[in-house]
Amino acid sequence: MMRAALTDLPLILDRVSLSAGPTTMLDRLNLAITPGAPTLVLGPNGAGKTSLLRVCMGLAAPSAGTVNWGGRTDRGLGRRAMLLQKPVMLRRSVAANVAYALAQAGCPRHHRTARTEELLDRVGLLGLAARPARRLSGGEQQRVALARALAREPEILLLDEPTASLDPAATRHVEEIILMASQSGAKIVMASHDLGQVRRLAGDVVFLVRGRLCEHASVGDFFDRPSSVEAAAFIHGELVL
Amino acid sequence: MDLPVLNRRLFTAIALILTFLASSGALASAQEQSIVVASTTSTRDSGLFDHILPLFTTKSGIEVRVVAQGTGQALDAGRRGDADVVFVHARAQEEEFVQQGFGVRRFDVMYNDFVLIGPRSDPAGIKGSPDIAVALTSIQSKKAAFVSRGDKSGTHFAELGLWKAAGVDIAAVRGPWYKEIGQGMGAALNTASAMDAYVLSDRATWLAFKNRGGLEIVVEGDKRLFNQYGVMLVNPARHPSVKAEPGQRFIDWLISPEGQQAIGEYNIDGQQLFFPNAKQKRS
Amino acid sequence: MSEGLSAWQLIASGDAALISIVRLSLTITLAAVAVAAVVGLPLGALLALTRFPGRSALVVLINGFMGLPPVVVGLTVYLLLSRSGPLGEFGLLFTPAAMVIAQALLVLPIIAALTRQTIEDLWREYRDELTAMGVGPTGRVATLLWDSRFSLITALLAGFGRAAAEVGTVMIVGGNIEGFTRTMTTTIALETSKGDLPLAMGLGAVLIGLILAINAAAWGLRLWSEQRVA
Repeated sequence: MMRAALTDLPLILDRVSLSAGPTTMLDRLNLAITPGAPTLVLGPNGAGKTSLLRVCMGLAAPSAGTVNWGGRTDRGLGRRAMLLQKPVMLRRSVAANVAYALAQAGCPRHHRTARTEELLDRVGLLGLAARPARRLSGGEQQRVALARALAREPEILLLDEPTASLDPAATRHVEEIILMASQSGAKIVMASHDLGQVRRLAGDVVFLVRGRLCEHASVGDFFDRPSSVEAAAFIHGELVL
Repeated sequence: MDLPVLNRRLFTAIALILTFLASSGALASAQEQSIVVASTTSTRDSGLFDHILPLFTTKSGIEVRVVAQGTGQALDAGRRGDADVVFVHARAQEEEFVQQGFGVRRFDVMYNDFVLIGPRSDPAGIKGSPDIAVALTSIQSKKAAFVSRGDKSGTHFAELGLWKAAGVDIAAVRGPWYKEIGQGMGAALNTASAMDAYVLSDRATWLAFKNRGGLEIVVEGDKRLFNQYGVMLVNPARHPSVKAEPGQRFIDWLISPEGQQAIGEYNIDGQQLFFPNAKQKRS
Repeated sequence: MSEGLSAWQLIASGDAALISIVRLSLTITLAAVAVAAVVGLPLGALLALTRFPGRSALVVLINGFMGLPPVVVGLTVYLLLSRSGPLGEFGLLFTPAAMVIAQALLVLPIIAALTRQTIEDLWREYRDELTAMGVGPTGRVATLLWDSRFSLITALLAGFGRAAAEVGTVMIVGGNIEGFTRTMTTTIALETSKGDLPLAMGLGAVLIGLILAINAAAWGLRLWSEQRVA
């Protein structure tokens, strides 16, 4: 693929702010995302997790500061993909949804059918390939979206609380898929507010409070030696406002 | 991937429709030459064209497309070059048309007459009157409902002329009883039928008209009710797009013994509608 | 149209003149809707997806033009196509092509305005997802048009209904020439002016029946395909 020459890593945020009118979602945030184990973005509701992921993806332009993808600052899509918190299913079959993403990723037409089957198999939806995507359950739609994201063969895979509304079995399934992607070289950046999930998946943790970067540490350091009061409180299940 | 499929289907559908349209247009025009004749509603609505045009087309291979409008509108179509031949009934306007250089030459073709139509109850008390001027004066003085075409058609011009002949200045004395509808003969008859009003009509349209309700002829036979039809070729010097040769052939046929006979033969229930009276022979 | 026959007899006997009138009506209307769709769908989508100075004014203009008076459209096209008008040399006045042009102009704002609304709503839902998938501007237009196809069928039907029911424009630019530019609506107007009200009503019933049949077919198609893909 032509895009292979381009790389999005390291992803560096330099004093990035994001605001809409009087509301500030991100406040002068510095962050470097480098290849390696999954980075989990943690924080209470409204801390700016979704905003951070959208800026990382290039869906939102920062109001101030710069985002740098592997040395480039234009938001043009490189090899990154994102799973939205509430993925939107195109009004077509499950297979057509995946084939569409493959086409957009530049997969040649004659490979698409085989690749679609491969991806659907990976997310366990091969049996539902012909079904209208919008008729699937929430968990199934989440997996279709995951297949679409994986179709891009991403170097960075951003996931916005992919298991928020799933039951434990579905959560485990999705986590397995994510781990597999991570093991095959994709950099995972994933928002979560489930501490158990963070312990299971994370290499490092980004902890946000009210749009500010409160802490960025390895998962061991974060849980054992939190350096901020807010992080300590959050880990102990207290309310952080 | 279904998008290219969609596009292909869409384009195929559009191409099919356009081909169909083009072919149906082509079918109508491919078989023969065609001319556009701007004429009046009376010649069409009376059924005259349905009778004579097939005879001409069979003989000449020329298709005649009739656009039926009021005389004023038909002359305008000629002025703009949108018709090849104008076939109307308002002598003064026709002569002006030729004089201004829009028409080549005017030929008398046929005549019929106007009739005054009114409700059976005859509120103006004019039924059977031999004098149209007296009848109109009576309608005006009794303010009996009267429907006027008001559309600058031949019949409208004729009506205005008759008021003048009756010594009535209609523009000055008109009131709610005088209803100017600005529409064709059929619409005027429908209105008169609905309102039990008097209305001036050409005899041919009246005979062919079906929604008469309580209307009947109240005045006829006055020589001032004479209604002459004339035909003119639109001047090709003015509008090079005019199909002068087939247009003139149509005019020549109309005033030929054969065309005149066809006009004279046309009748509804045995009643003749138009009386051929072409005088000139084309030199 | 033969003398003294009722509309029902004409319909039952499959009168050749009647069939050619129905065929011409359908052909002209479908062609006009097709032309208006080819221009109106992308135009509506573009208006939904782009921001430029004067866009609001254009949106208001197109919305307002949904209610264009047919007579004004007819007169404008007449003056344009007249031999004395700027496009006179093509000799299109009083031909079916002129009727297609006039009706397409009449229908275009309806299709463009409804498309813009539909696409704008769908774009709000799809924006992040399509951007995240790296879909370019052309791909967006195509995807949004395709994914709102069921709503857009309704827009096309609205256009079809307007064109099929319309008499003012086609009368002016077509001239109601028998066997050439005479449609269902101009025939109804003509029979009314001849005072043959039962025949006019009968033809009116045929027209309404046709419009209903086409709407029913479109509705059925929508249900059937929604079942399969939506």
